[in-house]
Amino acid sequence: MITLVRRPTPSKLWTYATPLVAVIATMIAGGLLFSLLGKHPVEAIRVIFWEPLFGANASYFRGQLLVKAGPLILIAAGLAVGFRAGIWNIGAEGQYIMGALFAAWLALRIYPAESHWLFPAMIVLGALGGLLWALIPALLRVFFGTSEILVSLMLVYVAENLLAYMAFGPMKNPEGYGFPGSRNLQDYPSAYNHELIAGTGMHWGVVAALVAVIFTYVLMHRHIMGFRIRVAGEAPKAARFAGVMPARLVIFCLGLGGAFAGLAGMFEVAGPSGQITDSFNVGYGFTAIIVAFLGRLHPLGILLAGLLMALTYIGGDMAQLTLGLPSAAIQVFQGMLLFFLLAFDVLTNFRIRIGRAIA
Amino acid sequence: MSELLKIEGLTKAYPGVVANDGVGFSVRPGEVHALLGENGAGKSTLVKMIYGLVKPDAGSMQFAGQPFAPADPRAARAAGVAMVFQHFSLFEALNVAENVALGMETPPPMRQLAARIREISTAYGLPLDPMRLVGDLSAGERQRVEIVRCLLQDPKLLIMDEPTSVLTPQEVEILFHTLRKLSSEGTAILYISHKLEEIRALCDGATILRGGKVVASCDPREKTARELAELMVGAELKVTDRAERRLGDVVLSVRELSLAPMSQFGPSLKGVSFDLRAGEVLGIGGVAGNGQEELLATLSGERPSAAATVMLNGMDISGLGPNGRRAKGLLAAPEERLGHAAVPAMSLTENAILTGTMRKPLTRHGFVDQGAARRFAEETIAAFDVRTPGAHVAARALSGGNLQKFVIGREVLQAPSVLVVNQPTWGVDAAAAAAIRQALLDLAAQGAAVIAISQDLDELMEISDRFAALNEGRLSAPRPMQGLTLEEIGLMLGGAHGMQEAQP
Repeated sequence: MITLVRRPTPSKLWTYATPLVAVIATMIAGGLLFSLLGKHPVEAIRVIFWEPLFGANASYFRGQLLVKAGPLILIAAGLAVGFRAGIWNIGAEGQYIMGALFAAWLALRIYPAESHWLFPAMIVLGALGGLLWALIPALLRVFFGTSEILVSLMLVYVAENLLAYMAFGPMKNPEGYGFPGSRNLQDYPSAYNHELIAGTGMHWGVVAALVAVIFTYVLMHRHIMGFRIRVAGEAPKAARFAGVMPARLVIFCLGLGGAFAGLAGMFEVAGPSGQITDSFNVGYGFTAIIVAFLGRLHPLGILLAGLLMALTYIGGDMAQLTLGLPSAAIQVFQGMLLFFLLAFDVLTNFRIRIGRAIA
Repeated sequence: MSELLKIEGLTKAYPGVVANDGVGFSVRPGEVHALLGENGAGKSTLVKMIYGLVKPDAGSMQFAGQPFAPADPRAARAAGVAMVFQHFSLFEALNVAENVALGMETPPPMRQLAARIREISTAYGLPLDPMRLVGDLSAGERQRVEIVRCLLQDPKLLIMDEPTSVLTPQEVEILFHTLRKLSSEGTAILYISHKLEEIRALCDGATILRGGKVVASCDPREKTARELAELMVGAELKVTDRAERRLGDVVLSVRELSLAPMSQFGPSLKGVSFDLRAGEVLGIGGVAGNGQEELLATLSGERPSAAATVMLNGMDISGLGPNGRRAKGLLAAPEERLGHAAVPAMSLTENAILTGTMRKPLTRHGFVDQGAARRFAEETIAAFDVRTPGAHVAARALSGGNLQKFVIGREVLQAPSVLVVNQPTWGVDAAAAAAIRQALLDLAAQGAAVIAISQDLDELMEISDRFAALNEGRLSAPRPMQGLTLEEIGLMLGGAHGMQEAQP
C-alpha cells in the first residue's frame, strides 16, 4: 500500500530536483515510445538532445536555439507572474500576434523612409498591441466577472483571423505578385531586427528575454508588489487582508503578460520571420505555458526551461528529418515533459510512504 | 449488564504523535459521561474510533456486552451509536425534513418523516418546523436538526462534540433539559467539552485526557472547576493579571454601520454603533454567524462601508483599505488563522511582511528588506514564545496555538492604537490562550484600545471592560462588564433566539 503524507514544509530538495527527474523520466518514457515506433531509442534521444548542440551541423543549430528560446522565455516570464497570482492568461498566442501586427503596421506605414526612431517605436507599439489585447479579458473579468481563461483563449482565434485578414488584405505586399503576406522587413534596414553577433542567433528579442528574466526576478523576489502577487495566488483572503486590490492585480498581471507576448511578436516579425503571413504564429504563446511551469514559475527556471524546450523543438525537427519520426511523436514527447513535471511535483508537498496502511 | 460501553487499552498513533495511548473507561446506560481535555488531548480521535471513523491500532471495545469494532459509521449507527458533530453537515438550501432524509439509509415518505420530526422534536423539548429552510435557522436550531436526526435512530449512546459552543446560555439550558430527559430514559451520553461549569452541572462521570492518556476519572460534581482545569492542563493555572487602566479619549467611533451580506445565507450588519476609548477592552459576544466576520472585515478595511460610518481619532476612515487603516494605527487579526491572517505555505518571515510593511520599516522604495523582515519575525517569535525551529518555517507547520501567538504578536508589536481581534483563542491550548489574553490586557494597559470579538463568554468576562452582544447583525449597546450576570448576557445575546421549550 502506498500512501501520500503531507509534508509540513515544502521540500527544498524536491523543488529543484523535480525538473531534472522529469527530464530523465521523459527521456526514458520517450525512448520507450520511439522504440515502439521501431526506432533505436538511444539514437533518437541523442538526435534530439545532442545533435543540435554538438553534432555535425551544430554551428547552424546553436544559433536556432536562441532564436527559438528567445520568444518562449520572454512570453513565459510574463505569464509566470500572472500564474503566481492565480490569474490564467492562456491567450499569449493572440497577444503575440497583436504585438506583431501593431509593430508591422507602423513599419509598413513609414516604408520606405529610414529613421533611427523606427525600431524603438516598433518596440513600444509591439508591447502596446499585446497589452491592449490582454486588457480585454482583464477588464471583462474586473467589471463583469468573466473567466479570463476562456476570454483570453478565444481572443487567440480572433487574433488569428485578424492576422489572416491583414496578410491577405490591407498589409499585403503591393509588389508581391499577388502572393499573400506583407513586405519582408528583413529588407528594410530601419525596421530589421538583425542578428547582433553573427552566427549566434542573438537578436534584440533575446536581449529583451534576458532583461525580462532579470526584471521579473527582481519584481517577484525583491519587490513588495511581487510578494503581494504571490500572496494572492496562495491565499486570496489573506491578500485582501494585506491590502491587495484584486481588480488592480488582474489588470497588472494580464497587462504585463500581454505586453511581453506583444514584444515577442514584434521581435519575431521584425527579425526571424520578417513578414506578416497567415502562418506567422507557430504556437510560441501556448508552448510558453509549458515553459513557465517547467521553470517552476521562477524566472531563472524559465530561462533554463526555455532553452530546453527550444532544444526539443530543433532536435525534434532533426529527428523527423533524419530518423523519420512522425511529428506527433515529437509532440507527445514534449507533452510528456509537462506531464512528468506535474506528476513529480507531488513530491514537493508530499512524502511517499510504502507499507503500513493508515486508516 | 452494568456497562453499555467499555473501552480497554485503546491506542491510535499518527505519524509523529500518539493520539490515544492505552485509553480505557466505561459508560453505564443512562449516564452522562464527560470527556474532558485540551485541544489535542485526543478526545476527537477517541470518539472517532467509537463512531467507526478511525480504526484503533490496539485495544478493545465492548458495546452492550458484545465485542464492538465498527468498520464504518454505518456499522456504529446500526449498533446504536449516534453522534452530533461540532460542525454541522447540513445543506442550507434544503429544508429540515430533506436534510434529515439525506442522512437516512431508507427514508420514509416525506409527509410521514415530517410528522415524525415534529413528534420527536416536541417530545424532547426541541420544537422544529420540518418545512423550514436550514439556511434561515439559527445555529441553535441547526443543532436541533442534528440532534433530532440522531434521535430518529433511537440510539443507545449519543456522542456530542462541543455542543454548547454555538449556543446562548438560555439555549444551553434547553439543551441540558433534553439531555437529562434522554438520560432518564436510559440513553447514555458521551459529552465532549472543555467548559468546566457545564460539565459540573450536567455530567455524572468524567474521564480526563491529557496527551492521549487518561489522567483521571472522577465525579465532576465533587470537584471544583479549578481542580478540573488543573487536571486537564497538568499544571497550576496562571490567572491573568489585570492592571488598573485609566480610560482615555474616544479613539474609534462607529456610527450606523450597515453592510450587505457577504454570502447568500450570511448575516448583514444593521446599524452598528459604538464608541471605543483608549485603554479600553470592548468585548463583543455572540453566537457564531451573527456578523462577527463581517464586523471584523469592515473594521479592518477589507470591506468598504458608507462614508462617516467608521471614524478614527475624528478622521473618517470608512473609505480606506486595510493598509490605509494600518498606517493610521488600526490593526486587526481575523479569526481564520490559515488562509486569512496568515498564508499557510509561506514562511513566518513572509507572514510578517503580510501586515507589517506599513508600520515597520520592512521595505525601502518598495523593495523588501529581507533582513528587517526576518528580524521582525524573530522579534515576534521571541516576545510571544512561539515554539518553532525558526522564522523560515512555513506557517502551516505550526500548531494552532503557536501560529495564533505569532499572528496576535505580529499586530501587538506594531504598537496599534486600536486592535480588533476575532476569536483570539479559538482552538488554542490553555497556556497559549492565557498568554494571548494577557498580551491583549497589556496592550490596553499601554493605552491602546482593543475590540475582542469572541464566542467564549468566560474569556470576554475575564478581559473586557465593557460588553456588547452581536445578534443577527445588530450590536447591543455596550454595558460595563462588571456586575453583568450570565443571565443578562444571555438575554443580550438574543435569549433563546425566540426558541421555545415545549412543555410536554
